[in-house]
Order: sequence, then structure tokens, then C-alpha cells
Amino acid sequence: MLRGSVRWIDERLGLGPTLRTAMRYVFPDHWSFMLGEIALYAFIVLVGTGVFMTFYYVPTDAVTTYRGAYEPLAGLIASENFISTVRLSFDVPGGLLMRQTHHWAANVFIVAIIVHLARVVYTGAFRKPREINYFIGVSMLGLGLFDAFTGYMLPDDLLSGMGLIIAYAVGLGIPLVGEDLMFLAFDGPFPGSDALWNRLEVTHVLLVPMILAALIGLHLWIIARQHHTQFSSGSDEEARAKSEKQLVGSPMWPAYALRSLGLMGLVVGFLFLLGGLVQINPVWLWGPYEPYLASNGAQPDWYLGWLIGALRLMPAFEPQIGDLTVVPNAFWGGALFPVVVFAVFYLLPVIDKRFFGDGRKHNVLDRPRDNPRRTAFLTAFFFWIWLTFVAGATDQVFLRMRIPYEAQVWFFRFVAVLGPFAVYFIVRRWAEELRERDVHPLRGWNGRLVRRDPVMGGFVTLDGGQDGAVVPEEDVAAHEPDVAGSREERATAAPPGPDGA
Amino acid sequence: MIRRLVHRRAWLPRRVRIAVALVCGALALLGLAGPGTQGSEGAAATKLDAAEGPVGSSTGAPPDQGLVREGRRLFVDNCSSCHGQFARGIPDRGPSLYGAGAQSADFYLRTGRMPLPEPEAQPSRKEPVLTEGQIRALVAYVATLGGPPIPEVDIAEGDIAQGQSLFAENCSACHQILARGGIVTRGVVPDLLGEVTPLDVAEAVDIGPYVMPTFPWLSDEQVNSIARYVEYADDPIDAGGWGIGHLGPIPEGMVTWLLALSALILATRLIGERTAP
Repeated sequence: MLRGSVRWIDERLGLGPTLRTAMRYVFPDHWSFMLGEIALYAFIVLVGTGVFMTFYYVPTDAVTTYRGAYEPLAGLIASENFISTVRLSFDVPGGLLMRQTHHWAANVFIVAIIVHLARVVYTGAFRKPREINYFIGVSMLGLGLFDAFTGYMLPDDLLSGMGLIIAYAVGLGIPLVGEDLMFLAFDGPFPGSDALWNRLEVTHVLLVPMILAALIGLHLWIIARQHHTQFSSGSDEEARAKSEKQLVGSPMWPAYALRSLGLMGLVVGFLFLLGGLVQINPVWLWGPYEPYLASNGAQPDWYLGWLIGALRLMPAFEPQIGDLTVVPNAFWGGALFPVVVFAVFYLLPVIDKRFFGDGRKHNVLDRPRDNPRRTAFLTAFFFWIWLTFVAGATDQVFLRMRIPYEAQVWFFRFVAVLGPFAVYFIVRRWAEELRERDVHPLRGWNGRLVRRDPVMGGFVTLDGGQDGAVVPEEDVAAHEPDVAGSREERATAAPPGPDGA
Repeated sequence: MIRRLVHRRAWLPRRVRIAVALVCGALALLGLAGPGTQGSEGAAATKLDAAEGPVGSSTGAPPDQGLVREGRRLFVDNCSSCHGQFARGIPDRGPSLYGAGAQSADFYLRTGRMPLPEPEAQPSRKEPVLTEGQIRALVAYVATLGGPPIPEVDIAEGDIAQGQSLFAENCSACHQILARGGIVTRGVVPDLLGEVTPLDVAEAVDIGPYVMPTFPWLSDEQVNSIARYVEYADDPIDAGGWGIGHLGPIPEGMVTWLLALSALILATRLIGERTAP
């Protein structure tokens, strides 16, 4: 059947050779190369469910009355944004499933991009000649965050309204241009004019998704053009050199395409399962937003939790000239911090070339341990960002564990400054150790299982070794290295790393 | 500043002397009011009432004198160390209860907020130390000091939709929109779930316990609606499935990372590689 289809297309469009090349395209085998595909399939779900929702969502804050199936809000007079979202949830068949699946897909989209990014940076896949594709990827993360934020704003419920005013306040904090910029975006001071809602909707459903789709296409095209990176087939230099030149893996057809389609089925199915079973953003419970309303414990979606955390951790620092505040405090945590984080990601190829690697072309990936300093730097950096995420939940920690809020903030400030250094040294040491021993941290365990003899008190080896040999108690100390795997043995099995540690 | 400190230092011993005198007086009275001398205790209470002029339960019904006497005895035993022997309050320990009324006594005692373990602690809901009968007696006694009666609340009269919007306007900034509680500058805001009754809501709206303000502009009908909404918020309509705590994005992020991400990574791990031959 496949042969028939290819011939049918070839006879009409002359695409036979192209299709044959595509079907013979080789993908290297490693599970971590599929993480980006989770994001791709989440994006497809986002587009599908999103299109459905645009049929029902009304982008205006003109006031209307709710007369639908959700009793507790019957007769509510609120903005059309909110009411059309409640109607979509309760009065459109399948509407709530679509809305919830869309929201879960957005969460999974961002988380998959982050995990994929972690794989790329830890293995050095961003190095020459793949910097362009790496920049595209980082840009897609930024755009994805922005698009998710605009989508979160659309229902105009209590939580999103509070998110919008925080974003407005952070925007006002940008020195010199902030106020004009926000007036331009919101079409006047908060809460803006009705034009804001058209702008938000078009940005969310058309502008950013179009750019994302184009970048995804470009991303995949560049991968196909440059071929995928792969891990070395062996640990010696010869195998490495060979892997630089020759790609080993599964062909697109009949192997990889089916595997990838299988993953698509899993992602789509799992997202709809979440959308059907786990409630997300129940706007009918939050109620509509008005500028004079607020709720305690309001939070942005998780992917913006780091910005809330940074706003909380930033000390009260506002440089002033006379009576004039040059930089309002919200700017540091809400605007400068994400700029710094993204700048580090964009500059990573340069940083890596200067500090951790060389300027040569690389088709073979590093395992995280192969470059302990890069791995340690990245882990310290991720730890720093992760810490601000945790700091974004300080109020809930206070509420549930009664650890005072101020104490937490000071603790996190302290750890945010010193923690990354500690993480750097620990991870670097760990990676060096792993590189030296050359074992897989999860799989390659080759120590020996022993059992303590309840009567004699000695140890009995359970697998390999001398079967049933009882070790006298005096020799226990001498035998202990066997439990964790002797380092001396390992050192003779695998040559020490380049630094000769 | 310094002069004021010196002044205070000179003033302190006198305050201590007064406190000692008061404690001695209280002990003497306690001795008189021991078991078997019910008559003299009752006489003391009646004399007190007479001295304070026109007081009594503002519900209009004449107070049950036996109950009031019992309440007075319980007051001396359990409350006077902070509120003072004659419920006039002790500076830095407890406020005067004149004008507090049956409403406050009922709220604080029934929800276990009083008696407090220490005067500085934030009163919070716990199992009441006193029995229902003892609480009724204490409430009857505090009612004789004047103040608002226990309010009437009927959630059947309330409307959830109105309650929702009133709650958003007046309560959610501290209590969270689904009454899950939160933190404010000077304390922890309790959730309004589980044991919280409509009567608790109506009383708290009027009293404004701890750092909570009072809401004199709310009508009885509006309070009925708020109480009805609070009942609803405990177990709202989760049309979307598992409610994950009704806290919003934090649990949603946890589901994303812990459930969705681990499931999908497991999937890629299982199908992402050829199994070794």
C-alpha cells in the first residue's frame, strides 16, 4: 500500500526520490532524543483544541448576563470574556474537555520544551554547527511562555485579572519607557480599553502560534539538513572519531516513524485523559475579575512561578535621584531576572566555547559527565532558577507548615546567593567521579550483593563471587568495598579520564 | 525620650503594687466563692450587676439567674486571669468584655478560640475546652454585660450567586476565593471549611475576630448569602474532574511535573530505544 502511494505521488509530482530519501533518513537511537517530540505533539493538541475554543470565546469586556447550566452563577452580570468561557465550559458539548485539555497541553508543552532544552544543553548539542537551531529552540521557549501567559489572561477570571495587573505593574517598572509601553499595549491605563481583549486574543490565537509553527518547521528542517547528533558508539577515541562521521540508528521507515507516531498517540491520549479527569483552572469557581477584587493565594501558572518568586526575593532596592525613582523595584525580579536567564541561554554557545570546550565542530554528544565543569555550571544555573520557583510558593508553605514568611524569604535569599556555588562544586566532583569510574549511575552497577548472616554475623555474597562463602567478622571491613564496587578494580577496567584524576 | 523612660521607671512600681493588690483581692474573693458558699458568690454577682447599672441580655428575655451564676463561676475559673476579675480587661492581656455580648462569647468559646493558651497567641479554631452546657452558662453571663445577641442565620434564605460576588468583594482578599485561607501581614487567615458553620460566619462578620475587620454594611440577607456560599465552597461543583485542592496553579504545576512529565518520560524511555538484541 505504501509502495502504491509513493508511486501515485511520484507519477504526479515527481517526488519519488525525495520521499525515498525521507524514508531512509536515519535517526540515532536514544530515548532522550524524543523529548522534543512531546512538545511537538502537545503543540498539535494545542492548535486543535484552540481552534475549537475560538468558535465560542468572545473577546470583549462588554457586560452580559449568564443564563446557563451552572446554577451558582445563574443571573451573574459580568464581562463577555468571562461569561463566554463559563458557557464554553458548561453549555457547549465537549467544551470543558477541550478547555481543560488545552490548558494541560500548554503546561505539558512548556515542561517538555524545558526538559528537551536540558537534554540539549547537558549533552552539548548546541555546539557548532548547531547554534542556529539552538537559538530557534530557546526563542520558542520564550514565545511559548508569552503565548501561554496571554492565553491565561483571556478568560478574565479572578486569577487571570490579578496576573494581568501584576504584569502591568512589572511593565510600568521598566525604566523610562515602561509607562508609555504599557499604555500602548493596554490602550490606556489599567485595566485598559476594550481593544486590549482583541489584541490579547489575536496575539494568542494567531500571531504567536503562527511564528511558533514557522519556527517548528524551521527547527525540524535544520535537524534534517544537519542530521541528528548522537552519542559515541564506544568510549575510546577511535569510536568517537567514527561516530563523528557516521550516523548509526533506525531508518525513518519502517522503524522511527512508527515509534514517533506511537509517541504522538500516547501524548494526545494522555492529554485528553488529563483534560477529562483532572480539573484545571476552574474559572466558574474563581468568578469574574474586577479591578477592585482580589483573592489571597493567587498564583500565575507554574511556568511563571519563577517570576513571582523573584519578585518576592528581591530586596527593597529602588535607586532614586532626589524625589525621582529611577528603577521601581518590580523591574528587578519581574523583568530583569527573566532577561538575564534568557541571555545566559542565548549566550551559552559562546560561554561554552570560552570556558568549557573548544571551537570545533561536534556531531558526537557529550555525556553529562564528559564535561564536568559544563554540567556543574548548568546544574548550578538550573538550581538558581528552581529556587525562585520554590520561593514563589512561600505563602502556601507558611500556611501549611507554619514556617514564617520572612524567615523563608531570608533563607531563600541566602541560598540564592550561595547555593549555586555549592551545587557547582558538588556536581563537578560527582561528574568527575562518574567519568573516572565509567559506570552508568542507574544501570551499570556491578558491585556485589551480600547478606549478613544472622547467626555468624558475617557476610554472604549472593551473586557471583564465592557462593555461600561465609566471611568471618574480622574480614568484614576488608570486604566492604565489594558492596559499593571497588574503585581500584574499576580504575583498571577503564582508563582514567583525560585529566588523569 | 530618656525623660519618658525615667518617668516610666518611676511609675512601674506603683503599677506592680496595684497589680499585687488586685491579685490579692481576687484570691480573697475566690476563697469566698468556693464550693458550699454559692449564696455569697451569687450575692457578689448580683451586687456587681447592680453596681453596673442597666445591663442584661439584650435578647429581651430575662436571663436565667442560675445559668448566669454558673457562668460567673466559670468565668472566674477560666477567663479572669486575662479578662480581669470583673471582666473589665487587663492591659496587655485581655480586653474588657463589657459590650462584647452573647455573640462574641458564643463565637470564641464554641469554636475553641477561647480560652487562649497564652495572651499573645493568635486565636485559632480547636476542640473547645469547655462543654456545651458550660459554654451556654458563660454566654449567659457575658450577655449580662451588654452587647449584641447571637445572630440568626438561615442559609436557605441565601443565594449562592449573590454570596459568591459578595464573598469576592469582602472576603476573598484574605480568605481566598474558595475559602481555603491564606496569609496576611500579621497572621494566618483560617480556611472556612469542614467544621465552620453558617453561624460562625455570621458571628465573625459582625465581630471581626483578631485582625479581621467588621462589615457593618452587610445586611442580614447578604450575610445569609455569604454563609450559603461558604457552605458551597467547601465542596463546590468540580465539573472538570479531580479538584486537586482548589488552590489553582500550584497543584496544577505539581500534576504537570510529577504526573504528566514522569508518565511521558517513562513512555519515551520505553519506546524510544531498540531493545538490546
